[in-house]
Amino acid sequence: MTLSIFLIISAALFCIGLLAALSRRHAIFILIGIEMMLAAANLNFIAFWRFAPQPAQPTGVMVAIFSIAIAAAEAAVGLAMVIAVYRHFRSTNVDQLNRLKG
Amino acid sequence: MSTVAFAVIAILTLAAALAAATLQKLMHAALSFAVMFVGISAFFFLLGAEFVGLVQIFVYIGAVAVLIVFTILLTRDDVGKVRGFQWGGVIVAIAVFAGLVWAIAKTKSLPLTPPEIEPITVQRIGELLMTNYVWPLQCVGVLLTAALIGALVLVMEDKRE
Repeated sequence: MTLSIFLIISAALFCIGLLAALSRRHAIFILIGIEMMLAAANLNFIAFWRFAPQPAQPTGVMVAIFSIAIAAAEAAVGLAMVIAVYRHFRSTNVDQLNRLKG
Repeated sequence: MSTVAFAVIAILTLAAALAAATLQKLMHAALSFAVMFVGISAFFFLLGAEFVGLVQIFVYIGAVAVLIVFTILLTRDDVGKVRGFQWGGVIVAIAVFAGLVWAIAKTKSLPLTPPEIEPITVQRIGELLMTNYVWPLQCVGVLLTAALIGALVLVMEDKRE
Protein backbone atom coordinates (compact mmCIF):
# COMPACT_ATOMS: atom_id res chain seq x y z
CA MET A 1 0.00 0.00 0.00
CA THR A 2 1.79 3.10 -1.22
CA LEU A 3 0.88 6.71 -1.68
CA SER A 4 0.73 6.36 -5.45
CA ILE A 5 -2.00 3.69 -5.31
CA PHE A 6 -4.14 6.06 -3.24
CA LEU A 7 -3.46 8.83 -5.72
CA ILE A 8 -4.46 6.57 -8.60
CA ILE A 9 -7.72 5.54 -6.88
CA SER A 10 -8.45 9.18 -6.17
CA ALA A 11 -7.71 10.08 -9.81
CA ALA A 12 -10.07 7.32 -10.96
CA LEU A 13 -12.83 8.63 -8.67
CA PHE A 14 -12.25 12.15 -9.96
CA CYS A 15 -12.51 11.01 -13.58
CA ILE A 16 -15.69 9.01 -12.92
CA GLY A 17 -17.15 12.17 -11.37
CA LEU A 18 -16.02 14.16 -14.39
CA LEU A 19 -17.66 11.58 -16.64
CA ALA A 20 -20.93 11.90 -14.74
CA ALA A 21 -20.80 15.71 -14.78
CA LEU A 22 -20.00 15.95 -18.49
CA SER A 23 -22.00 13.11 -20.00
CA ARG A 24 -25.30 12.92 -18.18
CA ARG A 25 -28.06 15.32 -19.13
CA HIS A 26 -29.98 15.13 -15.87
CA ALA A 27 -29.16 17.97 -13.45
CA ILE A 28 -29.04 15.68 -10.39
CA PHE A 29 -26.44 13.48 -12.06
CA ILE A 30 -24.27 16.52 -12.63
CA LEU A 31 -24.47 17.32 -8.90
CA ILE A 32 -23.61 13.70 -8.06
CA GLY A 33 -20.55 13.99 -10.31
CA ILE A 34 -19.41 17.20 -8.61
CA GLU A 35 -19.79 15.63 -5.16
CA MET A 36 -17.75 12.66 -6.36
CA MET A 37 -14.93 14.93 -7.52
CA LEU A 38 -14.92 16.73 -4.15
CA ALA A 39 -14.74 13.38 -2.34
CA ALA A 40 -11.76 12.37 -4.49
CA ALA A 41 -10.00 15.58 -3.47
CA ASN A 42 -10.72 14.81 0.21
CA LEU A 43 -9.20 11.35 -0.21
CA ASN A 44 -6.07 13.01 -1.60
CA PHE A 45 -5.84 15.40 1.38
CA ILE A 46 -6.06 12.54 3.87
CA ALA A 47 -3.59 10.34 1.96
CA PHE A 48 -1.01 13.14 1.73
CA TRP A 49 -1.42 13.85 5.44
CA ARG A 50 -0.95 10.16 6.31
CA PHE A 51 2.19 9.76 4.21
CA ALA A 52 3.80 13.06 5.20
CA PRO A 53 7.07 12.95 7.16
CA GLN A 54 6.34 12.97 10.89
CA PRO A 55 5.67 14.86 13.08
CA ALA A 56 3.34 16.73 10.80
CA GLN A 57 0.61 19.24 11.56
CA PRO A 58 -2.78 17.64 10.84
CA THR A 59 -3.50 20.20 8.13
CA GLY A 60 -4.85 17.57 5.72
CA VAL A 61 -7.45 16.45 8.25
CA MET A 62 -8.58 20.00 8.95
CA VAL A 63 -8.83 20.88 5.26
CA ALA A 64 -10.86 17.71 4.67
CA ILE A 65 -13.30 18.64 7.46
CA PHE A 66 -13.80 22.15 6.05
CA SER A 67 -14.15 20.75 2.55
CA ILE A 68 -16.90 18.36 3.69
CA ALA A 69 -18.79 21.29 5.26
CA ILE A 70 -18.52 23.34 2.06
CA ALA A 71 -19.58 20.36 -0.07
CA ALA A 72 -22.69 19.97 2.08
CA ALA A 73 -23.59 23.64 1.60
CA GLU A 74 -23.01 23.31 -2.13
CA ALA A 75 -25.24 20.22 -2.35
CA ALA A 76 -28.06 21.96 -0.47
CA VAL A 77 -28.00 25.04 -2.73
CA GLY A 78 -27.56 22.93 -5.87
CA LEU A 79 -30.54 20.72 -5.10
CA ALA A 80 -32.66 23.78 -4.24
CA MET A 81 -31.72 25.17 -7.66
CA VAL A 82 -32.73 21.88 -9.31
CA ILE A 83 -36.14 22.12 -7.64
CA ALA A 84 -36.56 25.80 -8.62
CA VAL A 85 -35.58 25.07 -12.23
CA TYR A 86 -37.93 22.10 -12.33
CA ARG A 87 -40.79 24.24 -11.08
CA HIS A 88 -40.11 26.84 -13.75
CA PHE A 89 -39.34 24.70 -16.80
CA ARG A 90 -41.04 21.41 -15.80
CA SER A 91 -37.81 19.67 -16.75
CA THR A 92 -34.47 18.72 -15.23
CA ASN A 93 -32.76 18.12 -18.55
CA VAL A 94 -29.93 20.62 -18.78
CA ASP A 95 -30.13 20.62 -22.59
CA GLN A 96 -33.56 22.25 -22.41
CA LEU A 97 -32.38 25.14 -20.22
CA ASN A 98 -31.27 27.24 -23.19
CA ARG A 99 -33.31 30.41 -22.88
CA LEU A 100 -30.18 32.58 -22.70
CA LYS A 101 -28.65 30.89 -25.73
CA GLY A 102 -27.73 33.37 -28.46
CA MET B 1 -3.38 -1.77 7.27
CA SER B 2 -4.07 -4.94 5.41
CA THR B 3 -3.77 -5.32 1.69
CA VAL B 4 -6.85 -7.52 1.35
CA ALA B 5 -9.07 -4.96 3.06
CA PHE B 6 -7.57 -2.27 0.87
CA ALA B 7 -8.30 -4.21 -2.35
CA VAL B 8 -11.88 -4.98 -1.29
CA ILE B 9 -12.59 -1.35 -0.39
CA ALA B 10 -11.00 -0.08 -3.60
CA ILE B 11 -13.06 -2.41 -5.81
CA LEU B 12 -16.26 -1.59 -3.90
CA THR B 13 -15.69 2.15 -4.09
CA LEU B 14 -14.79 2.27 -7.77
CA ALA B 15 -17.62 -0.10 -8.77
CA ALA B 16 -20.16 1.97 -6.81
CA ALA B 17 -18.81 5.18 -8.36
CA LEU B 18 -19.09 3.74 -11.87
CA ALA B 19 -22.62 2.55 -11.12
CA ALA B 20 -23.56 6.01 -9.79
CA ALA B 21 -22.22 7.63 -12.95
CA THR B 22 -23.71 5.29 -15.54
CA LEU B 23 -26.91 3.67 -14.22
CA GLN B 24 -30.04 4.73 -16.08
CA LYS B 25 -32.39 4.76 -13.10
CA LEU B 26 -31.78 7.83 -11.00
CA MET B 27 -32.76 6.19 -7.70
CA HIS B 28 -30.32 3.31 -8.21
CA ALA B 29 -27.60 5.84 -9.01
CA ALA B 30 -28.34 7.79 -5.81
CA LEU B 31 -28.10 4.60 -3.72
CA SER B 32 -24.79 3.62 -5.39
CA PHE B 33 -23.62 7.13 -4.57
CA ALA B 34 -24.27 6.39 -0.87
CA VAL B 35 -22.38 3.08 -1.15
CA MET B 36 -19.45 4.92 -2.72
CA PHE B 37 -19.28 7.23 0.30
CA VAL B 38 -19.21 4.21 2.64
CA GLY B 39 -16.16 3.06 0.66
CA ILE B 40 -14.42 6.43 0.90
CA SER B 41 -15.10 6.55 4.65
CA ALA B 42 -13.55 3.09 4.92
CA PHE B 43 -10.45 4.48 3.21
CA PHE B 44 -10.35 7.26 5.81
CA PHE B 45 -10.57 4.71 8.62
CA LEU B 46 -7.78 2.70 6.98
CA LEU B 47 -5.62 5.82 6.80
CA GLY B 48 -6.15 6.64 10.48
CA ALA B 49 -8.47 9.64 10.14
CA GLU B 50 -11.42 8.13 12.00
CA PHE B 51 -13.10 11.43 12.80
CA VAL B 52 -13.17 12.53 9.17
CA GLY B 53 -14.56 9.13 8.16
CA LEU B 54 -17.38 9.47 10.69
CA VAL B 55 -18.12 13.04 9.62
CA GLN B 56 -18.20 11.88 6.02
CA ILE B 57 -20.75 9.16 6.84
CA PHE B 58 -22.94 11.56 8.85
CA VAL B 59 -22.87 14.37 6.32
CA TYR B 60 -22.97 12.50 3.05
CA ILE B 61 -25.08 9.44 3.80
CA GLY B 62 -27.18 11.03 6.51
CA ALA B 63 -27.80 14.34 4.77
CA VAL B 64 -26.66 14.66 1.16
CA ALA B 65 -27.85 11.25 -0.06
CA VAL B 66 -31.23 11.73 1.63
CA LEU B 67 -31.47 15.22 0.10
CA ILE B 68 -30.74 13.79 -3.35
CA VAL B 69 -33.41 11.10 -2.92
CA PHE B 70 -35.91 13.79 -1.83
CA THR B 71 -35.09 15.89 -4.89
CA ILE B 72 -35.49 12.88 -7.16
CA LEU B 73 -38.93 12.21 -5.70
CA LEU B 74 -39.96 15.88 -5.92
CA THR B 75 -38.95 16.14 -9.58
CA ARG B 76 -40.38 12.76 -10.40
CA ASP B 77 -42.39 13.63 -13.51
CA ASP B 78 -39.58 13.48 -15.96
CA VAL B 79 -37.39 10.89 -14.26
CA GLY B 80 -36.79 8.33 -16.96
CA LYS B 81 -37.49 10.77 -19.77
CA VAL B 82 -34.06 12.36 -19.61
CA ARG B 83 -31.90 9.74 -21.22
CA GLY B 84 -29.29 11.60 -23.15
CA PHE B 85 -25.68 10.56 -22.82
CA GLN B 86 -22.83 12.43 -24.44
CA TRP B 87 -19.88 10.29 -25.42
CA GLY B 88 -17.58 13.29 -25.50
CA GLY B 89 -17.48 13.17 -21.71
CA VAL B 90 -16.04 9.64 -21.80
CA ILE B 91 -13.16 10.78 -23.99
CA VAL B 92 -12.42 13.79 -21.77
CA ALA B 93 -12.56 11.66 -18.59
CA ILE B 94 -10.22 9.01 -20.03
CA ALA B 95 -7.80 11.69 -21.23
CA VAL B 96 -7.75 13.38 -17.80
CA PHE B 97 -7.25 9.99 -16.09
CA ALA B 98 -4.37 9.12 -18.42
CA GLY B 99 -2.76 12.48 -17.74
CA LEU B 100 -3.07 12.09 -13.97
CA VAL B 101 -1.73 8.53 -13.97
CA TRP B 102 1.17 9.61 -16.15
CA ALA B 103 2.00 12.42 -13.71
CA ILE B 104 1.75 10.08 -10.69
CA ALA B 105 3.90 7.40 -12.33
CA LYS B 106 6.51 9.95 -13.35
CA THR B 107 6.91 11.38 -9.82
CA LYS B 108 9.84 9.59 -8.22
CA SER B 109 9.77 11.07 -4.72
CA LEU B 110 6.46 9.61 -3.47
CA PRO B 111 6.95 7.78 -0.15
CA LEU B 112 6.37 4.04 -0.29
CA THR B 113 5.46 3.15 3.28
CA PRO B 114 3.32 5.15 5.68
CA PRO B 115 5.39 6.41 8.63
CA GLU B 116 4.52 5.62 12.22
CA ILE B 117 2.00 8.15 13.34
CA GLU B 118 0.37 9.11 16.60
CA PRO B 119 -3.38 8.87 16.11
CA ILE B 120 -5.17 12.17 15.77
CA THR B 121 -7.72 12.47 18.55
CA VAL B 122 -10.99 14.37 18.53
CA GLN B 123 -9.59 16.46 21.38
CA ARG B 124 -6.68 17.59 19.20
CA ILE B 125 -9.04 18.43 16.33
CA GLY B 126 -11.22 20.43 18.70
CA GLU B 127 -8.24 22.33 20.10
CA LEU B 128 -7.02 23.16 16.60
CA LEU B 129 -10.51 24.28 15.53
CA MET B 130 -10.62 26.68 18.46
CA THR B 131 -7.06 28.05 18.07
CA ASN B 132 -5.37 27.88 14.67
CA TYR B 133 -8.51 27.39 12.59
CA VAL B 134 -10.95 29.65 14.39
CA TRP B 135 -11.34 32.10 11.48
CA PRO B 136 -11.98 29.39 8.89
CA LEU B 137 -14.47 27.88 11.34
CA GLN B 138 -16.35 31.19 11.63
CA CYS B 139 -16.32 31.61 7.86
CA VAL B 140 -17.78 28.12 7.41
CA GLY B 141 -20.47 29.03 9.92
CA VAL B 142 -21.39 32.14 7.93
CA LEU B 143 -21.28 30.12 4.70
CA LEU B 144 -23.61 27.44 6.08
CA THR B 145 -26.06 30.10 7.30
CA ALA B 146 -25.98 31.79 3.89
CA ALA B 147 -26.49 28.44 2.14
CA LEU B 148 -29.44 27.64 4.42
CA ILE B 149 -31.13 30.98 3.71
CA GLY B 150 -30.27 30.78 0.00
CA ALA B 151 -31.73 27.30 -0.36
CA LEU B 152 -34.93 28.41 1.39
CA VAL B 153 -35.26 31.51 -0.81
CA LEU B 154 -34.67 29.46 -3.95
CA VAL B 155 -37.42 26.95 -3.27
CA MET B 156 -39.94 29.40 -1.80
CA GLU B 157 -43.13 29.87 -3.80
CA ASP B 158 -43.41 33.30 -5.38
CA LYS B 159 -46.51 34.77 -3.70
CA ARG B 160 -46.40 38.27 -5.19
CA GLU B 161 -48.25 37.58 -8.40
